Amino acid sequence: MNKIDQMKNKYPSMVDEISPKNTVVINSLRAFWVGGLICTLGQFINNIFLRYGFTTIEAAGITSVSLIFLGSALTALNVYEVIGKYAGGGSAIPITGFANSMVSAAVEHKAEGYVFGLGAKIFTIAGPVIVYGIIASTALGIIYYFIH
Amino acid sequence: MDYVRAFIVGGLICVIAQILMDRTKLMTGRIMVIFVVSGVVLTGLGLYQPLVDYGGSGATVPIIGFGYSLAKGVMEEVDKAGLMGVLSGGLKASSAGIAAAIAFSYLASLVSSPKSKI
Repeated sequence: MNKIDQMKNKYPSMVDEISPKNTVVINSLRAFWVGGLICTLGQFINNIFLRYGFTTIEAAGITSVSLIFLGSALTALNVYEVIGKYAGGGSAIPITGFANSMVSAAVEHKAEGYVFGLGAKIFTIAGPVIVYGIIASTALGIIYYFIH
Repeated sequence: MDYVRAFIVGGLICVIAQILMDRTKLMTGRIMVIFVVSGVVLTGLGLYQPLVDYGGSGATVPIIGFGYSLAKGVMEEVDKAGLMGVLSGGLKASSAGIAAAIAFSYLASLVSSPKSKI
């Protein structure tokens, strides 16, 4: 009898132990610091090139290109996947994640050939992003043209 | 100080994406599309530029910043070149990024093999 009571008292804490913790909070914290860190790195690269006399637009371009290079390289080295499992949105949303989505999709379908495998599937995720980005910005441009 | 602002703004944008992932079970690709379109719309409404001024790379490095550069490019080119700017402005502003993404990810895909993916 005593044992059953003990079990009864223990039960809520056991459930707490087994059921997943408030994963949204933990995942958000992880996404926050990893995503923030990638952006801080971007700011660092940006500031270096600003200091060496590049214009704001040039420095921003070089920053994007550098981070894209980093994202593709880390994906090829199988490092980005590890970061992605930990950080979720924190590594998927920065531009490094855009490069990662291209490389991982392309590598996965490489066996289907270099044209319709690698060449086509490289745009599995990047394609929709570019398509809807262009559609939205074209619509915006038309509206802007008539308003101004 | 600009590092702290980039960290906070960039981090918060990623948190929004993470919450969408956890709560709505949307695929990452869909969230990226939503973010790019949001970037275009917010920039068109004049709401994103202040965030870029404040957060610097924190606002431009996340994929929503791609929408920002598309929208900003289109609007600037419309001012300069008129109606043709609608079509030329967006890609003009983001050309280096897109070309780099294709070139670097192509090279990376060439050197890595699918079986190394666990």
